[in-house]
Amino acid sequence: MTHIAKPKFHHPSLPKNKLGLTHRDYEGVVSTLCAGCGHDSVSAAIIDACFRSDIEAHRIAKVSGIGCSSKTTNYFLRQAHGFNSVHGRMPSVATGANLANNSLTYIGVSGDGDTASIGLGQFCHAIRRRLNMVYIVENNGTYGLTKGQFSATNDRNSKGRTGKENPYPAIDLCSLAVQLGAGFVGRGFSGDKEQLVPLIQAALKYRGFALIDVISPCVTFNNHAASTKSFDYVRDHNDVMDRLDIVPHREEITAEYEEGSTVDVTLHDGSQVTLSKIAKDYDPTDAESVLPMLHAERNGGAIATGLLYIDPEEQDLHELMHTSVTPLNSHTHDLLCPGNETLAGINAAHR
Amino acid sequence: MQLQSEPTYNEFVLKFANVNGSGSASANLLCAKALFRMGLPVAPKNIFPSNIQGMPTWYEIRVSEAGHLARREGVDVMVAMNPQSYAQDVAEIVTGGTLIYDSSWPREFDRSDIQVVGIPIARLCAEMFTDLRQRQLFKNIVYLGAVAELLGIDAQVVEELISEQFTAKPQLIKPNLKSLKAGQDYIRENPGNGLQMRARKAKCNDGKILIGGNEAAGLGALYAGATVAAWYPITPSTSVAEAFEKHAGKLRRDADGNLMAAVIQAEDELSAAGMVIGASWNGARAFTATSGPGISLMSEFIGLAYFAEIPLVIFDIQRGGPSTGMPTRTQQSDVLTCAYASHGDTRHVLLFPSDPGECFTMAADSFDLAERLQTPVFMVSDLDIGMNEWIVDELQWDDSYQIDRGKVLDAEALEAVSEFNRYRDVDGDGIPYRTIPGTHPEKGAFFTRGTSHTESGGYTEDGVMNAANLARINTKFETAKQLVPAPVFCEISANTGLGIINFGSTEPAVKEALDILKREGHGLNHMRLRSFPFADSVREFVERHDYVFVVEQNRDAQMRHLLIVEAELPAEKLVAVTNYDGLPLTSNFIRESVHERMESDQRVAAASAPPITPVKKA
Repeated sequence: MTHIAKPKFHHPSLPKNKLGLTHRDYEGVVSTLCAGCGHDSVSAAIIDACFRSDIEAHRIAKVSGIGCSSKTTNYFLRQAHGFNSVHGRMPSVATGANLANNSLTYIGVSGDGDTASIGLGQFCHAIRRRLNMVYIVENNGTYGLTKGQFSATNDRNSKGRTGKENPYPAIDLCSLAVQLGAGFVGRGFSGDKEQLVPLIQAALKYRGFALIDVISPCVTFNNHAASTKSFDYVRDHNDVMDRLDIVPHREEITAEYEEGSTVDVTLHDGSQVTLSKIAKDYDPTDAESVLPMLHAERNGGAIATGLLYIDPEEQDLHELMHTSVTPLNSHTHDLLCPGNETLAGINAAHR
Repeated sequence: MQLQSEPTYNEFVLKFANVNGSGSASANLLCAKALFRMGLPVAPKNIFPSNIQGMPTWYEIRVSEAGHLARREGVDVMVAMNPQSYAQDVAEIVTGGTLIYDSSWPREFDRSDIQVVGIPIARLCAEMFTDLRQRQLFKNIVYLGAVAELLGIDAQVVEELISEQFTAKPQLIKPNLKSLKAGQDYIRENPGNGLQMRARKAKCNDGKILIGGNEAAGLGALYAGATVAAWYPITPSTSVAEAFEKHAGKLRRDADGNLMAAVIQAEDELSAAGMVIGASWNGARAFTATSGPGISLMSEFIGLAYFAEIPLVIFDIQRGGPSTGMPTRTQQSDVLTCAYASHGDTRHVLLFPSDPGECFTMAADSFDLAERLQTPVFMVSDLDIGMNEWIVDELQWDDSYQIDRGKVLDAEALEAVSEFNRYRDVDGDGIPYRTIPGTHPEKGAFFTRGTSHTESGGYTEDGVMNAANLARINTKFETAKQLVPAPVFCEISANTGLGIINFGSTEPAVKEALDILKREGHGLNHMRLRSFPFADSVREFVERHDYVFVVEQNRDAQMRHLLIVEAELPAEKLVAVTNYDGLPLTSNFIRESVHERMESDQRVAAASAPPITPVKKA
């Protein structure tokens, strides 16, 4: 089949954001995923988060690997350049793109196969380098395009559609990301847009590596009663750790919270994120307390969601490399080329 | 033994046999540089192990006032500092040659036809230094002093070089000069017979420099405006990225002292390729440097860049394969791998520099070609060019040069076009127009993918559409023929039926072999390939001759394959001359191969004709 572009016209009364754009302006082409796929909800959440964040779509670059999830970068932000690269290698493409232009926002969409198996190495190294990007994993525990094999995030006790046992424990991407030093680690559920949209909005504002592991059920291959990545299972076991309230830069904070129940975090651009904690026995700014919490939740059969960890102080890759503030792709050749005169000195050093 | 005749000046091979990790490399380089500064053509070759400490390592310097800069078999002066390799080293010395060894532990050598000069090097160092490390390190400078005295190397030049080398660590100048003098003094105080081979000043190096190809390539990338380098350490390519980083650190600072370049050591070659593709896609000039194993690992990404039409510059510094192979030896065995890297129908542009000078210019060409053609471009160098110092003309940069970013539509251009289709052949050369992310709020965005796509970049499973796209991409390869560096011809006989084709680092050996063959009465015409796809003149050269020798450093005659398949040349005309022992090629090997073929095949012998007045020279 050939891809289908969505018509651009829309109802004149649709709400507009500060740029005068509507939701429709942030859409992509028509999705070819299965009806009811969790991934389509994630695309919708990305569209909503970008709309609410008043971001110009063309200043975003969308990157992905291979798989059902990776296809979705085509289903949102049609004015943004997209790059559907090779399996498991999105982080390297994103790294190169980011090095070339530090002024764009990078949204990567990957899946559990793309990230936790073939791409685990690149995922880890992108985190280690503090790459400034939003990395969304659409996690359904299964390989959809090849019809239902287990992925490395599928839980040990979660059976396949035909009753097949999965003998291996799951890789928990959030724990791994915290351990590797990701500055922003969240988990969402494609069925909870209320939680997911602010998470994405905060991740877009965060400067550094922001992981959002979204449990996004596969309606075709992993949504049965024995699956721990089904809609029903996730709804029943979702343990919401916190709710996010994002206050953009320069706006007064007006919301009121019960004392001791909130954690305020100021992001690099001055915006403030207020976390209303529901689980009170851990500190989302302290990696030391986040890891045991995630471990305990997992062992208890719960799925901890929300903004699980945030470090607003961490530097990003460009700061670590001391690259110029001006994007590397915008320097003129005059500035980049040292010229023949300089070569005279280099020649002299080789005599 | 007694010397029979007057010494021979400025035509010899000096070889140092050392233990690796003993600090010999810098002393040996000093020697090569001193000879260079005396105005002598020198060709140093570092023959080193894939090891850090304790294994045998050699450094050969060929000096040739006649200008023959290929490696030559037979050593005139051997400095044997490694008892492990004595037997092999002594055997390599030519009759009448000289063996220099550390006679702190005197011994006999089983050669009566050579001159043996024993110098108690370890003892001299023990007398001068108390520190064990210094005693070890300065042995290298002691033998350098002795060699300089024996060969007639200008001591003042060596002293100058030492002072320059240690400007940052001046406290090291004194012990170095002291060690140098100890070596010289020992020879002066213990005069024996003079050496058969001597060096004296000449004036061959005006306007020349001594530089390695990897440094030149790194500089070429810097001058071409590359801002992103992503790489993974692998011998023998590592020094490309390191040179780029070193020079960028000095020459690429903005007003705030920040770097206008990003050099990133990736977690592996796959990632390095991905980073370069991401950066190029996003409008930066980017490159990676690797060797054969890296090309294998990058192959999937190379196919993506080919099919999604993203500029990708790869410097492949070839080493001995297959597999991990001989990591510290030279070969030209990635030709086919690079030409067809990745699955499916792919063909890539290759450039073949033959010396560091061309590494500099072709590095810059690589970026222009990759952006013009929107495709991977490989600069295929090798360990011999990359890691050895070669004499080349001073590097020159044309300040009027305008970089070619290819068909990129900026915001203004996008305003002017009614419709943008990323993969449409608007100009008939197969090359479509591209846009850089972030350019325009409403126009120019497209979706880059490795899946089959329409002209606008949308997914399609329409086989006819996909075939048309593949055919268009192939048109670019035809276009490339007009853009890549042309072959270099040297035709010395209008009526000979014999020709010779080579590429890359074999050039000095081929030139010397052709000189020898010419003196022997065989005028072979010569074409040096500089790129793939092959220009029409490549086929025409072969068509003008009955038999053409194809010289290359791999087992399977890969370039010959490529010529047969891609230039559609008859296999029977192309005679394979293959060397794959991992060492820089010698002229003797080529000459003997040509003679063997003429002896074994009457038709080849009959095609030979003497040289006549040059008809065409490039």
